[in-house]
Amino acid sequence: MDSEFDPNIPIYVQIMNIVKKKIVNEELKPEDKLFSVREMSVKLKVNPNTIQRAYQELERQGIAYKQRGMGTFVSGDISIIKKLKKEMAQDILCNFIRGMKELGFSSKEIVEVVRENIQEDV
Amino acid sequence: METILKCTDLKKYYFRKIALNGLNVEIKRGRIMGLLGPNGSGKTTFLKIVAGILRPSSGEIFINGNKPGRKTKAQVSYLPDRDYLYKWMRISDAIDFFKDMYDDFDEGKAKELLEFMDLNEDSKVKELSKGMSEKLYLTLVLSRKSQLYVLDEPLGGVDPTTREKILDAILKNYTEDSSILITTHLVSDIERLFDDVAFISEGKIILFGNAEELRSEKKMSIDEIYREVFK
Repeated sequence: MDSEFDPNIPIYVQIMNIVKKKIVNEELKPEDKLFSVREMSVKLKVNPNTIQRAYQELERQGIAYKQRGMGTFVSGDISIIKKLKKEMAQDILCNFIRGMKELGFSSKEIVEVVRENIQEDV
Repeated sequence: METILKCTDLKKYYFRKIALNGLNVEIKRGRIMGLLGPNGSGKTTFLKIVAGILRPSSGEIFINGNKPGRKTKAQVSYLPDRDYLYKWMRISDAIDFFKDMYDDFDEGKAKELLEFMDLNEDSKVKELSKGMSEKLYLTLVLSRKSQLYVLDEPLGGVDPTTREKILDAILKNYTEDSSILITTHLVSDIERLFDDVAFISEGKIILFGNAEELRSEKKMSIDEIYREVFK
């Protein structure tokens, strides 16, 4: 696992994002077990308390749940995961649009550029 | 959360030179604290007082409710910033030495760590490279079942891969009921390990806080804050 962190964002937030991304791209399926706090800590070379905090926050958001003595699992609730996917896509889109606007693209031009690039991909 | 180390208004003079000038610090059980500061800011002096090697000139310090002494020395595992093993020793002698010295030394764990660090028990201490000897000292210190680990510059002068090994070893060893105090001026390599950080300058704590909160509050990494504070 690559562990390049952005130094300006709290690390627990970044760990949450790593896990969320994995859920959204289905590397982690509903009801899958997350790495234990300790495994994750050694993998990412991050303080275990920080991992703990990330997991607690994921639980609070309903994305994961904890089973006493077993570990932390991805929620089985598909609607939550769908919502998460939507939210993450929205974030990326917003950033992209803001960035393009800063470069002076109009909404119409942005749509055009996107269309062109997507066609190239196909 | 329970406090494992607390000191108030700690001062230390070396004759007329002031090394610690009213230091206040508290470490909770189960947490990793980074003590960050430039050379000569008093880090090592403080650690030596915690380890029971130096006596403070004034002020109070309690480790698990006791003043530094016999009792606390048995609970504190200290990694000095200098070499101290005898030149004639092999690694296996060093292990025996620690086994005799400390009741809480876990030989099995030491052997495991040696293997993890790629060290050979038959090597002579004086023939080890800087990085290897750093790994050996850390192995010895982490193999004690202590309540407080005090590590003075565990990354000093070692290459990046060795650094990773050392960080791994520290993390693997860490448990909820022990605390770790680490000094360093190589902040960026190790800042992800810290729960709390204390910045020390001229024998005083000038900034203290939870590492994550400092990051989000100042929108900077601990490393950048360090550069800001000590520029």
